[in-house]
Formats: sequence, C-alpha cells, structure tokens
Amino acid sequence: MAALAADVGTDYLTSENTVRSWLLTRDHKRIGLLFFASITFFFFIGGIAATLIRLHLATPSGLLQPSIYNRVFTMHGIVMVWFFLIPSIPTTLGNFVLPLMIGAHDLAFPRINLASWYVFNLSGLVLLYALIMGGADAGWTFYPPFSTLYSDGYILVAALAVFVNGFSTIMTALNFVVTTHRLRAPGMTWMRLPLFVWAIYSVSLLMLLATPVLAMVLLLVAAERFLQVGLFDPTHGGDPILFQHIFWFYSHPAVYIMIVPAMGVVSELVTCFARRPIFGYTGMAYALMAIAILSFFVWAHHMFVAGISIYSAVVFSLMTFFVAVPSAIKVFNWTATLHKGSISFDAPFLYALGFVLLFTIGGVTGLMVATLGLDIDLHDTYFVIAHFHYIMVGGTVSAFFGGLHYWWPKITGRLYPELWARFAALLTFVGFNLTFFPQFILGYLGMPRRYYTYAPEWQPWNLLSSAGASILAVAYLLPLGYLAWSMLRGERAGPNPWRATGLEWQTSSPPPTYNFARTPAVTTAPYAYNPENGSYVAQDGTVHA
Amino acid sequence: MQGWLPFWPRTAAVSGEVVNALYIAELGICVLIVLTVVGLMLRFCLVYRRGSSASRANLVAKTWQWEISWTVATLVLFLFAFVWGAVVYIWLYDPPSGELQIYVVGKQWMWKMEHPGGQREIDALHVPVNTTVRLVLASQDVIHSFFVPAFRIKRDVVPGTLETIWFKATKAGTYRIECTQLCGVQHANMTGEVTVMEPAAFGRWLKQQGVHESLAQQGEAVFREHGCSGCHSTASTVHAPLMNGLYGSLVHLQDGSSRVADERYLRDCILLPRTFTVAGYPPVMPDFSGQLSEDDLVKLIAYIKSLAK
Ligand code: HEC
Ligand SMILES: [Cu+2]
Ligand SMILES: [Cu+2]
Repeated sequence: MAALAADVGTDYLTSENTVRSWLLTRDHKRIGLLFFASITFFFFIGGIAATLIRLHLATPSGLLQPSIYNRVFTMHGIVMVWFFLIPSIPTTLGNFVLPLMIGAHDLAFPRINLASWYVFNLSGLVLLYALIMGGADAGWTFYPPFSTLYSDGYILVAALAVFVNGFSTIMTALNFVVTTHRLRAPGMTWMRLPLFVWAIYSVSLLMLLATPVLAMVLLLVAAERFLQVGLFDPTHGGDPILFQHIFWFYSHPAVYIMIVPAMGVVSELVTCFARRPIFGYTGMAYALMAIAILSFFVWAHHMFVAGISIYSAVVFSLMTFFVAVPSAIKVFNWTATLHKGSISFDAPFLYALGFVLLFTIGGVTGLMVATLGLDIDLHDTYFVIAHFHYIMVGGTVSAFFGGLHYWWPKITGRLYPELWARFAALLTFVGFNLTFFPQFILGYLGMPRRYYTYAPEWQPWNLLSSAGASILAVAYLLPLGYLAWSMLRGERAGPNPWRATGLEWQTSSPPPTYNFARTPAVTTAPYAYNPENGSYVAQDGTVHA
Repeated sequence: MQGWLPFWPRTAAVSGEVVNALYIAELGICVLIVLTVVGLMLRFCLVYRRGSSASRANLVAKTWQWEISWTVATLVLFLFAFVWGAVVYIWLYDPPSGELQIYVVGKQWMWKMEHPGGQREIDALHVPVNTTVRLVLASQDVIHSFFVPAFRIKRDVVPGTLETIWFKATKAGTYRIECTQLCGVQHANMTGEVTVMEPAAFGRWLKQQGVHESLAQQGEAVFREHGCSGCHSTASTVHAPLMNGLYGSLVHLQDGSSRVADERYLRDCILLPRTFTVAGYPPVMPDFSGQLSEDDLVKLIAYIKSLAK
C-alpha cells in the first residue's frame, strides 16, 4: 500500500535522536527497546549465576562455599523469574508489536508505559543492592520460618525488589488490557485478533489478578521478620503452610504468566513459516483463556508433600490434569498447522519447532509431577528442576528468541544473517537438551535440588549437564553478536520480508512514530495464507500474489 | 545397579516397587505422547517442506472434530494417570499403625531418631526388614523434608505439627536419607543412612545400644518433672482427665466437635491448650509451648501412648 510505505525517513528510530528523547519517550516501540536493554542486562546477571551453579556442580565437592552457593541459586531464581521471564516477551515484543498488530497508534497509556520501565529499573537497582550487600539465601520461594527467622541474608531487600517489580508488571498489564479493549482498529473484532494479542491479553489478566497477592505475601514476610507477628511462626501460633498457600496462589499463575506469551509468539511463527492458517483458531484462543482461568485453581500441587489434607491433594491433582488439557490442545493444533503447509525452515521457525518439542516434554513431565503418588518421590528433586526448565527455558526463552528474530526486521529495518541464526537455533536446542535431560535422570535417582554437594555416583550426569550448559551459553551469546552486526550492516528488510499477514507488517520497517500513516481497516481473519501458491491476504484486506 | 552411569535408583521397599510401576506406566504414556507429536511434526516438515510436490488442496475445514477427539483422548489418558496416582498417594500418606514406631526429629542440620526402646541415633536409622515401620516426624526449627529415595517416600517435616510416613523395607542394606527442603547452609549435608537388617540382627543391635529405659519410661519421668502428674492423676485435686486409655480414643471437645487422640492431637493439647478444651473439664491446662524441647515432647507422647487401652 502506497500510503503506508510513503513516509520513509521519519521512522521511530531516527525521528529524534537525543538521549532525552529516548529517556522521556512515550512511543511504545522505543519503550519496548528500553525494556529490551533492561531485561538483557538481567538475563546476563541470571545467566552468570546459572554458569556459576553449573560450574560448581561439575564436581561433587564443588567450588563455592555452601553459603555462597545458596546465594547464587537464590539470585538465579529471583532474577530469572521476575527480572527476565515474566517481563521478557510482554514488555519487549508485546510492547513493540501489540499496538501495531491491532492497528493502534500507541498503547492506551503511554506515560504509564514509560513509568513502568522506570519502576522496573528501580526494582532492579534494589535487587542489585541486595546482591552487592551479600545476597539472599532462602531460595526464590522465601519459605518461612527459614526466610523469616533463620536466614541471615538480605531477604527483605530482595523481597522489596520483587515487591516494587510487581508494580511495573501491573502497570504494563493494565495498559495491555485497556489497549486491547479500546484501541483496536475498525474491523479488528475479537475473533480477528492475532493469537499473540490473545496471549498477551490473557496473560495481562493473570498479571492483574495474581501480582497483588504476591505483594501481600511479601508484606506479610516483612511483618513477620520485622515485628515477629507470628503469622507463619509456629512458636507464636502461626502456620508456615499458610505462606505456601498464598505464595503459590500467585506463583502458579506466574508459571503461566511466563509461558502464555510464548504460546502467542509460536502461533505467529508457525503460521507464517508454514504459510497456512492456524489449525482451529477459536480453540486456540479459548484454550489461552482456559489456561488463564484454570491456573488459579491448581496452586497446592506445589504442596503435595507439605502436609495438606489428602482430600485437597486429590482435588488439586485433578485440577492440574484439567489445566493440562488446553495446553495439549495447543500442541496438537500447532502440529496440525504444519499439515499441508508450505514450510520453510528459517531461524524463527526452527526456534518455534524447538519450542513445541521442549514444551511438550516439559508438559508431559509436568503430568508426572502432578500425579500424586509420583510427586511424593519426585518433589524437590532435580526431576522438578528439569521439568520447569523445559517449560521456562526450552519453552519461553526459545519462543523469545524466535519472536526476536521474526520481528527483528520490523524493529530495526534490517535482516539478520540467516545462516548464523539457524546455527544458533540448532545449538540452543542441542545445548538445552544436554543441560537439562540428564537432570530428569538425576531426579529419579534421588538428587535433591538446592544441594551444594552430592553423591559421587551422580557426577557423570552432572558433568554432562554442565557441558551442555556451556554450549547453551554460546548459543545465547551468538545472537548478541550477529544481531548487533546486522543493526549496522544488515540488508534492508523492506516492510514485509516474511510476507506475513499481520498489520504490523503492513507499515514500513522500522515503523513511523505513530505506526500507520492512516489507521488501517481490518477486513479479514488473521493468517490468511494460502499454502497452494504462497499468496496471502493481509489483515487490512490487501491481496498479495 | 550402580554402574558407571546409573540410570535407575535402588528399590528396597514395598512403596518403591509400587512407585516404580506407576513411574514406568506414566513414562510410557509420556513417551507415547511425545513420539506422536515428534513423529507427526517430522513427517509434516518433510512432506510439506516448501517446494515439495505434495498436494495442499482441501485443507481440513472442520477442525473442531479433530480437536474434540484429541481432547477426549488426552483427557482419558490423563484421568487414568490421575486415578492411579491418587490411589498410591492415599495408600502412602494414610499410614497404618505399624509394627514399629520411631520418632524422627529434624533440626539444623541433623536427623535424630528415637526408638520405642529408648535407643537413639543421629543421622542413622536401623530397622528390621519386612516390618511395617511408622515414622513420626517433628521439626525443631525450620521446614525439613525426610526423603529415602530407595523407598520412594518423602514428607515435609513442618515445625509446629507432626507428620507421619511409613515403609516396609524388603531388602537388607543401607540406603540414603536426604533432606529435600532448603533449610540453611548445610541443607545438602542433612543426610543419613537407613540400615535395613534381618530381624535377629536388629534385635541384637537394639540390645547392644545399652539402653535400660524405654522411651515411654523416659516420658514418665518428664511427665513428673514438668508437673503434669500433679493434675493428671487420681490423687490430684484438679479436675483433669486421666491419661489412661486416652491414645487412640475419640475425645469430645467443649465446642461440640471431636478429635481422635493421635500424636498430633496430644502435641496440640500440650502446646496449644488455649485453642480447645476437653468437654466437661475446666480450661486450666497450662500452656507448655517454649518450655519443652521436641525431644521431651516425643517422650511425653510415647508415655501417654503406652497408657493406651
Ligand atoms: C494445672 C493442671 C494441669 C497441668 C499441670 C497439666 N494439665 Fe493437662 N490438662 C489439664 C486439664 C484441666 C485438662 C482438660 C481441659 C483442657 O483440655 O484444657 C487437660 C488436658 C490435657 C490433655 C487432653 C486430655 C484428653 O482427655 O483429651 C492432655 C494430653 C494433657 N492435658 C497433657 C498434659 C501434659 C503432658 C502435661 C505436662 C507437660 C499437662 N497436661 C499438665 C490440667 C493440667
Ligand atoms: Cu504450579
Ligand atoms: Cu534441608
């Protein structure tokens, strides 16, 4: 469309280029990039901690002091969960493409969007302060009475960081919900929303409902540690299990907060590179909402051995099997989307394939730990570690990289080097499995999590896992290099290098500050690809042969 | 089977065999699901790669029929796993009274075992083979978790309450005990060993410990020293219930409810007397929280238990 590609030269990157114009920007695209800088920084902090953990565990006797080791895995957990995984896709890719996808000129509350970034960084500074002062040692789960009465780390500072971080989550989520409701372009009905928008929308609802509960429980921990009010301390009539109920009431939905956006990304990638409409659009959209709702009723599956009643254990186990059903639907629908497609194996698609595979393995092992009789044995062992890394790292991080490559030409206006990217995607897959598959075996052998030392006969598996981690580290560093290179030297991408149907591709790359020269009018469902001849109908109704 | 590359943990209890069967069955289901997905994905990627000659005409239009069928299929598989798992859980977490009961007290960072005969061990547990052993778990400080991988049993040990777990060892030998709940700096060293022995050898081991006072007898002494007997005896002027026949009976409380007098109930009576009162008695039982160690509590409970029936 002529009107859309016309205004070259005034894209959002070059329109104004002072530091001030970046730090005070209200453009969702720039804020997305600011978030990108922040979470990349924290990904490295968390990654350094992960590297230390795997280095330490290469030998049974280890290399760090026990108290240091406890601090390292606590930091790894806190940083990766709240400072990378939860914000990763929503604040960067979501921020950047959601308004573009629905044909909006920005998010509903641009100032709140910017404020969210400042709050996020503030919370990051608090966390770094905790880290520099000596760190916390109670694990990312902060279980009392250890965290409240016995731990000598900077628990409250770390908890404060997470508390403040929650406000950033809430601000961003609120923005997405209102934007999706109010700012859709004419003709963009709910059933024409790209699945990525559905995913960000449902995850925002989860964030809005769950995050305040986290804030509450952290305040209670603070009250307990400062004032000894006796909420969780049994010697004052409190109940340590109460903490776990409230904590997991937040933290189970948080698991889905981390994975649902990834599901959205993968739906975009699979359709675009298989050049075929998604298999069962309605089912996919409703499955996302079903996951969001059901995930609030499964929290006690983290407490099967903690002394909850047998009846509640049975009910929570059953609910957990139910929440697995919509996830299974999604996996089968992605697979079926490949049927009669016209598949090309570009890097984003390789990441998406990796996602589906690793997510499936993470999912079925999730069923194993949801099975009551097995969880007695597997709980708090490396089996659980492997399970959730398959979901969080194999799933979310793969999808994040997939989405990053896919939207890279839109974000920067340049193509990335395809061969390097495919190599990195394959390396991620190999390194990941080598790192985490052995941990399933270690788990069933009986190696508990959070152990700084272990039985010598478990060393071969640990060594393999550490070797895999070094490959994974390279695979994660590679994109940093070639993406930076492509920003300066990459080939110009043009508005729609993937010939994709979404509205974000129907404007120039990089997009102008207000996204569209004219608000697009939407006339078709998403993913109107035709695998027979490679043609497609973009969501603004334009037909491309 | 601990070769160079161990794949499978040792199995030395009835519960271990039961969990193994469940594990293998569910692993089978999981492998089936993963292989189906991977198989289809690879096939489609191959057949429908760009430029291949396979026909793309007539895309499936009515997707919901497929979706409903695979939803139902997975749901049936899931429910099968759920029911099996629930049955095992109820069986493992609803302990039988057991032929032998041992108290386990966890504290940073050791496990202290107390046998009914008064024998004590630290980070070690001797038990006879083919005997149903019931463990009553208490924690002195933070949450620990008692795990014996070879028996596939685990239970969190939560301060402020008592948990029970049981096993019936099937093979003599020594097996690891581990703590699986982060409990501080030496969490990874809160380990120990269960030694499963032939009954005769176990009998000899008990004698060699040179203990002359059973746990219940030690409890009787505590009962006297802390003045419990001043109220809870026939000679007392205070109207307080007698301990004879209490354990295992159904106790009616002032508020109309009733509780079975198990270990957890006895513990609550001593540490939380203000939260409930036995029907027909004045609420004058003093609060002993903070005055008795977990060790003393274990002894008191063993003593009151010995007065059962
Ligand atoms: C001042 C007298 C007094 C002393 C000392 C005392 N108790 Fe009690 N205890 C009572 C009374 C009265 C009740 C019943 C009312 C209630 O439940 O509070 C009771 C109830 C109990 C019960 C519940 C009995 C039932 O029938 O369910 C147990 C168990 C018990 N006491 C154990 C102890 C132990 C162990 C000690 C010592 C550590 C102790 N008591 C010290 C007066 C006393
Ligand atoms: Cu959960
Ligand atoms: Cu421990």
